Amino acid sequence: MSEVVVLAEHAGGAVKKVTFELLTLARQFGDPVVAWAGEGAEEAQPRLAEYGAAKVYVADGDGFTGYVTAPAAELLAQLVERTSPAAVLLAATGQNKEVAGRLAVKINSGVLADAVGLAAQDGKIIAEQSIFGGATTVHSAVKQGTPVITVRPNSVAPEPAQGAAALEPVQITLSEAAKGAKITERVVQERGERPELAEAAIVVSGGRGVGSAEGFDLIEKLADSLGAAVGASRAVTDAGWYPHKFQVGQTGQTVSPQLYMAIGISGAIQHRAGMQTSKTIVAVNKDPEAPIFELADFGVVGDLFQVVPQLLEEIGKRSGS
Amino acid sequence: MNIVVCVKQVPDTAGERKLRADDARLDREAADGLINELDEYAIEEALLLKEAHGGEVTVLTMGPDKATESIRKALSMGADKAVHLVDDALAGSDALATSYALAQVLRSIGFDLVVVGAESTDARMGAMAAMLAERLGVPQLSLASKVEIDGSTIRIHRQSEDGYQVVEGALPAVIGVVEKINEPRYPSFKGIMAAKKKPVQTMSLADAGIEPSLVGLANAATEVVDFADRPPRQAGTIVKDEGDGGVKAAEFLAAQKFI
Ligand SMILES: Cc1cc2nc3c(=O)[nH]c(=O)nc-3n(C[C@H](O)[C@H](O)[C@H](O)COP(=O)(O)OP(=O)(O)OC[C@H]3O[C@@H](n4cnc5c(N)ncnc54)[C@H](O)[C@@H]3O)c2cc1C
Ligand SMILES: Nc1ncnc2c1ncn2[C@@H]1O[C@H](COP(=O)(O)O)[C@@H](O)[C@H]1O
Repeated sequence: MSEVVVLAEHAGGAVKKVTFELLTLARQFGDPVVAWAGEGAEEAQPRLAEYGAAKVYVADGDGFTGYVTAPAAELLAQLVERTSPAAVLLAATGQNKEVAGRLAVKINSGVLADAVGLAAQDGKIIAEQSIFGGATTVHSAVKQGTPVITVRPNSVAPEPAQGAAALEPVQITLSEAAKGAKITERVVQERGERPELAEAAIVVSGGRGVGSAEGFDLIEKLADSLGAAVGASRAVTDAGWYPHKFQVGQTGQTVSPQLYMAIGISGAIQHRAGMQTSKTIVAVNKDPEAPIFELADFGVVGDLFQVVPQLLEEIGKRSGS
Repeated sequence: MNIVVCVKQVPDTAGERKLRADDARLDREAADGLINELDEYAIEEALLLKEAHGGEVTVLTMGPDKATESIRKALSMGADKAVHLVDDALAGSDALATSYALAQVLRSIGFDLVVVGAESTDARMGAMAAMLAERLGVPQLSLASKVEIDGSTIRIHRQSEDGYQVVEGALPAVIGVVEKINEPRYPSFKGIMAAKKKPVQTMSLADAGIEPSLVGLANAATEVVDFADRPPRQAGTIVKDEGDGGVKAAEFLAAQKFI
């Protein structure tokens, strides 16, 4: 059986859940293998085995942390050349969409972005995508070269499977061109103890209706009571009430959680672009005409400063009993 | 500095967007076209860089005749001239082909800096800066929320999932900008009048040295197998808060097993 290469998402050895989702999806098309760029593969090996990785190709060294996207694309291109896999799967983050683009150019293959599901049909890999703000569902396939596909986190529930996850170091000599964009400094904004936005099963987002930076305490409390990540609309990040990295939408992150709660958010098209594939959507807004209600499975028309504290109290009661 | 800004015309996100039943291409005739809104930030950044460092701003658009509307708008914001790659053979090109075609034009017209938007509202690939940099063999400085040029060094703040990175490269380069970077200007009346006289050069495949076998729907590396309008979302339950909105929301969350 051919291999299916999954690019691991990790932060220094801690593997992100989306990697297990990609391994779960990869199984239907061949032997899942992991491409690991950077440090931490030994630490991660047992977890990757639990989710059925047959092999882990490891490329570490400065190159993989010191430059923008090109090194990961070179690693994947060399694996494609070596093992002719059935596909290369990546998590659909802003960074990886770029890695996928560079890889596609290198190996002259078709690239599909933002899949929300993958299936096999007549020997082809069919990607499901949701376009035009969710109005149209498309099934697409790659018809030239090795399919390169980015998949949104939370597209599938990760399922364990046995794998050897044999570590196999690969030597990569980065080209000079790959070193053109050098990272000279990293500025990390703390996230605290909450789950990561892109991966979280529940996201609680606040909008302009929250009124102020202090008002976001309420959003954080609600998020914490549900074990959720916090998100924000652009109105909020523009006003500086909450950092930009929490922005959901066209120019923020795209999330697809089990539950998305929009609190004081109107539901502009650019916001919807980042959350409309969420499984269940709950909205609280005082304006009954707010477009967010068109998407909501459950909505409360009311003042969030009344509704949310009461909801918190109810959640407290229920978890206490 | 010779700055080229890539601008795409897209259907209005406020209107209805459809794929054509026969070939699953975006129905560009049916929808009102306008500049991909993220490209307005790319145009603004190109103009700011020109104002700071001198040079010339060229708009590059690949698209049907109709895309001239967007080109005029970009010129009215202050760009100096435009190149319009227009050829029926390009219709239906996917990301791989579009990046190839744009790269060929860029090679033939020359550049010190290419500026692109973060993504288009219709295709949403978000990979053009990376693909162009790969094809042209120049540094990729994308997802930029800040750009500084100092001699031949260019430095950006690159947005990342956990904050940002400072990234440096040498000109010539491709930059991709996010909307945090600036506030696009509105065309002035004078700008609109001046735009009418600014040169727009049209190029065909042959003019740009583009292989016809590498572009267009028939040669695309990806295909749409089928598509369907998503069934309208089942109308949700919307309740008015009568002093019990929080309790009702909790009941919904409990019924769905979230609490
Ligand atoms: C190029 C571009 C990119 C963009 N990218 C993004 C993006 O990535 N993400 C994004 O979110 N936006 C984005 N936007 C902005 C988008 O168009 C909207 O302006 C933004 O989403 C609005 O945020 P909001 O819903 O919080 O604010 P508003 O639209 O002002 O809505 C606030 C809502 O809160 C309600 N409200 C007020 N007070 C209360 C209260 N006490 N109780 C209950 N409800 C209350 C109001 O009824 C209203 O519906 C982008 C725009 C552009 C042009
Ligand atoms: N047909 C095109 N003509 C000119 N520029 C384009 C075209 N398609 C994409 N671009 C540029 O590439 C960016 C990303 O687009 P996309 O890859 O479609 O998300 C856009 O913001 C434009 O700057």
